[in-house]
Amino acid sequence: MTVVSLTDVTVRYAGALVLEIPALELEDGQILAVIGPNGSGKSTLLRVLGLLEAPAAGAVRVRGAAVPAGRRLEARRRMATVFQEALLADTTVQENVALGLRFRGVPAAVRRPRVARWLDHFGIRELADRPARTLSGGEAQRVALARALVLEPEVLLLDEPFSALDPPSRDTLLADLGRILRRERVSTVLVTHERTEARALADRVAVLIRGRIVQLDTPERLFQAPVSNEVARFVGVETIADGRVLSVSAGLTLVDVGGQKIQVAAEAAAGERVRVCLRPEDVTLSPGDVGAGVSSARNRLVGSVTRVVAAGPEARVVVDCGFPLVALVTRRSVEELGLVEGARVTAAFKATAPHLIRLDGTA
Amino acid sequence: MALVWDGLRQALGLLAGGDADVFGITLRSLEISGAATCLSLLLGIPLGVALALGRFPGRGLAISLVNTGMGLPPVVVGLFVSILLWRSGPFGFLEWIYTPIAMVLAQLAIAAPIVTGLTLAAIQQIPDRFRLQMRGLGASRGQLLWVLLREARLPMLAAAMAGFGGVISEVGASLMVGGNIRGQTRVLTTATVLAASKGNFDVAIALSVLLLAIMFLVNAALTWIQQRRAP
Repeated sequence: MTVVSLTDVTVRYAGALVLEIPALELEDGQILAVIGPNGSGKSTLLRVLGLLEAPAAGAVRVRGAAVPAGRRLEARRRMATVFQEALLADTTVQENVALGLRFRGVPAAVRRPRVARWLDHFGIRELADRPARTLSGGEAQRVALARALVLEPEVLLLDEPFSALDPPSRDTLLADLGRILRRERVSTVLVTHERTEARALADRVAVLIRGRIVQLDTPERLFQAPVSNEVARFVGVETIADGRVLSVSAGLTLVDVGGQKIQVAAEAAAGERVRVCLRPEDVTLSPGDVGAGVSSARNRLVGSVTRVVAAGPEARVVVDCGFPLVALVTRRSVEELGLVEGARVTAAFKATAPHLIRLDGTA
Repeated sequence: MALVWDGLRQALGLLAGGDADVFGITLRSLEISGAATCLSLLLGIPLGVALALGRFPGRGLAISLVNTGMGLPPVVVGLFVSILLWRSGPFGFLEWIYTPIAMVLAQLAIAAPIVTGLTLAAIQQIPDRFRLQMRGLGASRGQLLWVLLREARLPMLAAAMAGFGGVISEVGASLMVGGNIRGQTRVLTTATVLAASKGNFDVAIALSVLLLAIMFLVNAALTWIQQRRAP
């Protein structure tokens, strides 16, 4: 059953269109992640869903029923929103967690055990009497999440709830929240610009770019088969190159890209124009010109290194093999394999690694 | 130097002896300035909240006027209230000039902009995102207002302190609209001015010490409330 849905929703700021959603539905117990670059309209979408902002046009339906102007508060009380900052009131932790229940007039006798239970769920019971303003970022965000979930909302709306946290707190909170949401079957919309969060939590992922949903898919499909360049770039595909299908046989499509022949395990028709998308972690590099050895990697392209960009313990190596191909390797490999600019290397990847976007409109 | 010491010694004697006149003046100061402060809170808090949260034409001008009002010279206020309440003035028929009511009104005109301006600032320093979060937790308009006032309680107490401090220590307006009538409109500041002008430095010092003590006690009480942990 659909908990909340948008139909033909548009939002304009000073005349400019910032959101245009023909249809979007959240099913019971489902976690929908909305990802997209900064300024793509994600937070606006969340505010519209949470009845915190009225769209210029279109309808927000809760359990199939449109929400008339006079009943917005009532409908809003069936939901709960958590933002990037914890935004705690200047009182104790347990008073903060009780806030939404107080708004709903829940009596103290019912409120207290519920608050205690949710403090437990988030492992912050010992903080109950602490002034909220003395908490660390991670603790504060746990309080904010407990404050929303204690309401047992029909819809939980999360607006970048982890982005202000340091990586260790973020990772543990992400794991805890994932567990809680699955166990309690909380219907959730998570807005984030971090694709890893979407991958970790979501059942479905919507990619929002310039106010429009350009792809809505399962995380697996989305990350493996982005529908466009923009989506591909956003979900972490770094090699994107256009080519033409030479032949198709036994489930393998042979594509000519910049003079190189690439085998791809995907459907296409001979002569068709396609775009090959490849994630950098799927590419391995070997020094020199390695012939077809004993390996399951069907693609081996020889080229020269044009750029090495170090990022933490890893490095991105750009190889020119008729088109720029990006590989992600460890910095140790960079040193051991002598991957410097101008070095000749062989880039290898399986036929199942690339994803094809068909450009002739048959996809 | 001897003048100061003599004055201080005699002042302590006056205070220790519980001089009825001094006691009456002190009580009257507290009543008039207390009433003016309470009224300024009743008027200034809603006005400050409305200016902070409302969006209406003329809001910018209203805020500028309030900010100007925060620094109104008491003599100017005294002059205008005097003209309004003067026997031949528009509200002369009320016969409030040279009464404690006139003094309360004048002090209200001084304190209200201070309370309004500080309330406005206190509410505005709460980020918009906090308001959105409270609505996201299901707060109605009234509940949102309650939470905001609660969040701003410390700067609001500062507003109350500033308002009271401003009016109990002013002399110009009280002198002009109250007339410094013994037993009726004489307060600590106007009595100090009179005593000093007559060379009665002992009385002037005693009154000043009392004024300082009142301001200290009121501020200490409010600070204590401020610093107390919220339940």
